[in-house]
Amino acid sequence: MSLASAFEGGPAFVPYLVAGDPDYSASLSYVEALDDGGADAIELGLPFYFEFVEELDVDASLVCMTYYNLVSRYGESTGPRPFVERAAEVGIEGFVVPDLPVEEAGPLRDACDEFGLDLAFIVAPTTTDDRLQLIRERVSGYVYVQARLGTTGAREDISAQTGHSLERLDGWEIPKAVGFGIGSGDQAERVVQAGADGVIVGSALVEIVGEGIETDAPTTEVSSRLAGKVRELKAGALAGGSSTNRNEHGRTDPTLER
Amino acid sequence: MSTSKYGEYGGQYVPEALMPAIEELTDAYERYVLDNEDGFIDEFRRRMREFGGRPTPLQYADQLSERYGFDVYLKREDLLHGGAHKLNNALGQVLLAKYMGKDRIIAETGAGQHGTATAMAAAHLDMPCEIYMGETDVARQRPNVFRMRLNGADVTPVTAGRGTLKEAISETMRDWAGSVEETHYVIGSVVGPHPFPAMVRDFQALISEEARDQIRDRIGRVPDSVVACAGGGSNTMGAFQHFRDDEVDLYAVEAGGSSLTLDEEEGVAPNSASLSTGTDGVLHGARTKVLQDSDGQICESHSVSAGLDYAGVGPELAHLVEEGRVRAVTVDDTATLEAFHRLSREEGIIPALESAHALAFLDRAASGDADLGDEVVVNLSGRGDKDIETVLEETDRRDLSVAPDMSLFEELGGGSL
Ligand SMILES: Cc1ncc(COP(=O)(O)O)c(C=O)c1O
Repeated sequence: MSLASAFEGGPAFVPYLVAGDPDYSASLSYVEALDDGGADAIELGLPFYFEFVEELDVDASLVCMTYYNLVSRYGESTGPRPFVERAAEVGIEGFVVPDLPVEEAGPLRDACDEFGLDLAFIVAPTTTDDRLQLIRERVSGYVYVQARLGTTGAREDISAQTGHSLERLDGWEIPKAVGFGIGSGDQAERVVQAGADGVIVGSALVEIVGEGIETDAPTTEVSSRLAGKVRELKAGALAGGSSTNRNEHGRTDPTLER
Repeated sequence: MSTSKYGEYGGQYVPEALMPAIEELTDAYERYVLDNEDGFIDEFRRRMREFGGRPTPLQYADQLSERYGFDVYLKREDLLHGGAHKLNNALGQVLLAKYMGKDRIIAETGAGQHGTATAMAAAHLDMPCEIYMGETDVARQRPNVFRMRLNGADVTPVTAGRGTLKEAISETMRDWAGSVEETHYVIGSVVGPHPFPAMVRDFQALISEEARDQIRDRIGRVPDSVVACAGGGSNTMGAFQHFRDDEVDLYAVEAGGSSLTLDEEEGVAPNSASLSTGTDGVLHGARTKVLQDSDGQICESHSVSAGLDYAGVGPELAHLVEEGRVRAVTVDDTATLEAFHRLSREEGIIPALESAHALAFLDRAASGDADLGDEVVVNLSGRGDKDIETVLEETDRRDLSVAPDMSLFEELGGGSL
């Protein structure tokens, strides 16, 4: 199985949450709520426990998003292989490691290949053409398109930003998932209209969990708020996919990747 | 070309958005710092003389020498403008940012020494400046916070985690990831992704460049050993750099805190001794020795001195220790406080608590723990005015042989000065 298959049924919705936030059992319900809401793949911010993933009951593909130190240090090792092996055992399908640029990713890429897992990389607005080429050679699963730098500064229109970012990936035979502070169904729709194969949403969901902690809301209430938000975002993504002005940068054949 | 790896250590473990900035900085480092393009190094040296007060003296310490039975020379970085070695690096980097055409400076700070040095350098070179500082450190280093504000810098407290240097670095990296195009991040030690460890070392190498000439003028040869404290390791690398090819023993003194044993359960290291007790990991952009638990979670470090309170260390220093070129040793909080009082009382110099670690090691060596030889250079990395409140509190809690009589303060109500 490849992560790319999560993008096969139309524009994919990829939410992110931190495993264990605010605690183990609430977090299990929250991640399952993302699944109920229709997530196609879930990026799990993983501190270190694989039991969590084993206990999860979800249909969506699971992607582990974590710091490289946790990956390379697992089991007191000095390389990523044991972590990847264990991740494969519990059914994780791929990784995004934000502090691991492609230049340093050799050992993790090798371990992922050995156990049949994907390794997604982030492409930023500042990524140079040379590095874009390197990333293209080593990425698998999907490419995470960070369409804008900070959350501050001039806010260009979301579809224009997405369009610019995707133009640079023209011809890449791998699904392109776009994320940069997307928080509403309407924004998700515009991102897909601009050519994204998937929409990644993190902070809007982490905020819902955060509000739950502040207001001491019961887990079930927060779960249903999360599922509701996911439905809204997923519906937006789907609407973007079916609308007519979708440009030719859009869907690619995911079976062709890597 | 500059190398980004030191044996197993170093590298560039940074978010994708920062990679171009790191490449741009590497290019600038090679052109301006290594090749003196546009006279960068000439201007750096001139400003370090005129604004910084270099060269700093190398002083023979009469009482310590007599006490220990070997000659002790103090490299007086405490007399550098700002009161610590930090200005060497801060001024170098702010000037480099200018040459690179950046128009905003950000920096993290622990003790506040790097923050104050950066704020001074930014004011001197007319650049806007924002300093991130853990809220715990803001509370324990208030005078330094005020100094930064006086120099026109914005100080942003960081509330994450335990509110110390580790969180401040992470927050500054986050800012940089969103502002790289116009902003330069002035990192405070020989840590972080390449080219920072090499570049900061080169700016700090003024210390050993001078000290080597000064000691040879004085005794006609190089010393038998050089001793420096190590947090991130910038004063350390700076004090060692020009002695690396000599037959000189190099000692990096780490903060032993209250114990060298890591509390796995709580994820707390009651020390900051990453060279001596740490394991290989990736922290803040580099592979190096870090204080971490068996799952790879970074531990909270501890030291009586805020400037050493850090769970990592510079990758090149980690490599030099691994190779056996540098010896890593530790002294605990109590020995440090005693050394602080001893230098204050016997030599008339109030040292920074960080530097007091290096001094405390002299005492250990004299009692047989190490053979430093006959001629010893100690890097006195900073002055201790910033630490007076901490020392007052910590001395009060302990039974120290060399401390002044504290009863006057108790009558006055104790606590804060
Ligand atoms: C006076 C002084 N010495 C030493 C240090 C430790 O830093 P490094 O190990 O980078 O020299 C600090 C840090 O703030 C300091 O203020």
